[in-house]
Amino acid sequence: MSTGKLGAFELQEVSVAYGKETAIAGVSMSIEAHSVTALIGPSGCGKSTLLRCLNRMNDELGDVRVGGRILLDGEDIYSRDVDPVELRSRVGQVFQRPNPFPMSIYDNVAYGPRTLGTRSRAELDPLVEESLRRAALWDEVGKNLKKHAFELSGGQQQRLCIARALATAPEVLLMDEPASALDPISSQMIEDTIAVLSSSVTIVIVTHNMQQAARISDRTAFMLRESMDRPAGLVEVGDTRTMFTKPVDPRTEAYITGRFG
Amino acid sequence: MKGGGGRTGRARAVEAVVRAVMSASGWLAIVILTAIAAFLVVNAWPAITDPNVGLVRMLTGTSWYSTNAQPEFGFLPYIVASLRVTGVALAIAVPVGIGAAVYISEFAGRRVKEIGKSVIEFMAAIPSVVYGLVGVAVVGPAIKDALHLPSALTALSAGVVLAFMALPTIITISEDAMHAVPNDLRMGSLALGNTRWQTAYKVIVPAAGSGIFASVMLGLGRAIGETMVVLMVAGGTMNLTWSLTDSARPLTAVIASEMGEVVQGGMHYSVLFVIGLTLFVITFVANLAADLVLERQRRRWRR
Amino acid sequence: MSASKRGARVRNAHLVEVGMKIVTGAAAASVMLSAAGLLAYLLYRGLPSITWDFLTKAPRYGGIFPAIVGTFWLVAGTAAFAMPIGIAAGIYLSEYAPRGRRTRLIRLSIANMAGVPSIVYGLFGLAMFVMFFGFGVSVLSGSLTLACLTLPVIITTTEEALRQVPQDLRQASLALGATRWRTIRKVVLPAALPGIVTGAILGLSRAAGETAPVLFTAVFFSAPLPMSPLDKTMALPYHIYIMATQPNKPQPGIVWGSALVLVAGVTIINVVAALGRSRARRRVTW
Repeated sequence: MSTGKLGAFELQEVSVAYGKETAIAGVSMSIEAHSVTALIGPSGCGKSTLLRCLNRMNDELGDVRVGGRILLDGEDIYSRDVDPVELRSRVGQVFQRPNPFPMSIYDNVAYGPRTLGTRSRAELDPLVEESLRRAALWDEVGKNLKKHAFELSGGQQQRLCIARALATAPEVLLMDEPASALDPISSQMIEDTIAVLSSSVTIVIVTHNMQQAARISDRTAFMLRESMDRPAGLVEVGDTRTMFTKPVDPRTEAYITGRFG
Repeated sequence: MKGGGGRTGRARAVEAVVRAVMSASGWLAIVILTAIAAFLVVNAWPAITDPNVGLVRMLTGTSWYSTNAQPEFGFLPYIVASLRVTGVALAIAVPVGIGAAVYISEFAGRRVKEIGKSVIEFMAAIPSVVYGLVGVAVVGPAIKDALHLPSALTALSAGVVLAFMALPTIITISEDAMHAVPNDLRMGSLALGNTRWQTAYKVIVPAAGSGIFASVMLGLGRAIGETMVVLMVAGGTMNLTWSLTDSARPLTAVIASEMGEVVQGGMHYSVLFVIGLTLFVITFVANLAADLVLERQRRRWRR
Repeated sequence: MSASKRGARVRNAHLVEVGMKIVTGAAAASVMLSAAGLLAYLLYRGLPSITWDFLTKAPRYGGIFPAIVGTFWLVAGTAAFAMPIGIAAGIYLSEYAPRGRRTRLIRLSIANMAGVPSIVYGLFGLAMFVMFFGFGVSVLSGSLTLACLTLPVIITTTEEALRQVPQDLRQASLALGATRWRTIRKVVLPAALPGIVTGAILGLSRAAGETAPVLFTAVFFSAPLPMSPLDKTMALPYHIYIMATQPNKPQPGIVWGSALVLVAGVTIINVVAALGRSRARRRVTW
């Protein structure tokens, strides 16, 4: 289908307001295709809010106004021509707590493709297998896809959710603290999976675990809300290695060295 | 763009249609309620506006001679009868109901709680006509014998049976309200050295106060609106008295027993609708009170 | 406070508690025992009358078959009208309705509908279905009237059941590019279905036992089996009422037998529904 890499974001002066209150403002950054970008910052700094802009899940929350421009591969995703429902098959999301549907493993993974119109088993079977392989879950469940999703462990369920999101062949995968509800071993498996996925999917991950950000991301963005009467904003963004060893902004340094959190 | 505009366009259209259908169903509730009020008013209008009848005379008049050449339609006696019967019912059901709710919520173990809830659900499901039957055959005669009354069909008998119908409502809603009080408050009180009972009456019951009030309002609505029990057990004599040991003819019984014999569209017919409208207003007010109080409690707990 | 005074107060409090435990326990017990007594008495007086003939023959031969059939048709009609509308309204309130005054108004109306006396529903049914729409005293009018009565119950229980479905599931579906309706149809509704069905069954069982709404809209004491929705019909609750209030009491066995059949029917349906709900409930949350 494509020759170039897809899934690059360009954010220009992005702001989000709920009702009368502005949550974040003035966020400008770019996210490269097929890279891992981490959003870090203390609680309440707006990183999840920003993440939800990228697949327009914020629209579901009611009285929300998004300002600025968000371009996905050059196209403004908030323009009138873009259907959020359709956008979400290109920009997938994995949530903090695993949330598989009360169905079989197969039906969970097949949900997205079925929504897009793929119905026949001949087409779905290979799609389901590939998604489960990419999520590093195939070896454990491939023999019995009819098993109910709730019978899996927490870590397996989260990988199932990753497989489910991958089944629509998205260009971007948004992950909101995907490992925070999991034990360390599962968490490590998720990180390994992310590392492999990033060669074919753009990954944007929100995490409060700085070591994790340092381990897996190519670029990092640090957000901060300095006081309750000013919206949160982007303090610094750049190459991960550089940011963690030689941060430019003193606030970034303070956060990274644990002076506040 | 993947997926194709066709699928998305179709999906959007389906979504819009579905939303419209669901929305219409939701609004239907308001429509029906309004229709009920409207039909009641329309059919009651002739009696309300008739110079010989009129709303005031109906509500305060004490003579009911519907078959006279010059009929009179004062239904104050029936209002009093409704109050008598409901009064007895609530006098029994409120203390017993709240007491039972306190026990189930604060003292009972899990098994007792489950059994209790099942039993109450069973009670609530029994049709009113069966309660009426039991009233006529068992409760009425028992009261007659115990108190040496001339008749088994009295306001008292009907009130006692009505209490059974109001009890499940009062118990369930009060217990829910008490259950909803956050456990922290319970723990805090116990940690201060209060017994479970002290916790119950000092902390839980006041905190659940609005829920309990709502349950009583709803129980009242059920008692006043109940037809079959009072039709069968209260005696049905028209009289203006506050005596509990006399027969009674509450508003609901009047409608039920006379509607079958009136001329459709005539004045008597219209008066029965006025009675219906009165009942509608009374229960509407009781329900509104309950709802407002519950809403206020809900907002308080949302802290 | 001295130690002895404190000890005395605490002992006092314990005494009071024991006392109140007894009092409130007695209240609870009296309610339970009355209910048990009621059931026992019903069985005692009614069970001897339950024979095959009783259930399948016409009143002429001492049976109650037409009344049972009539009740069945009334409930079927009620279900046909109340379930689609009630479930749709419940879905609307849970999934689509915006928060705000107008939705509050709808909820308020539903709560008030639930509190309207059944006899007033009877009057409404008489005025609207029997007279205004001209359906006459018929199964149709009775069903429509009972449907109005049952609607608030079905709406409320449907909404409750949908609420129980965790928000995460909806979010996951939307994030996969599904529309709201698809999310409801494929994820939310299947998960909530047991609760919805239970609620509907409970509402319908209540409708089965109602007398007042059908008094002037559907029933006639010795009607034959209804052949069309526009026919009058017998109904079990009405049958019981008439027989219980006859000055010359027919065999008491028939009255109590009918009462037992009605209560048994309603109870069995409720129990089956409740069992179904608890079995299916396990699969939605972990």
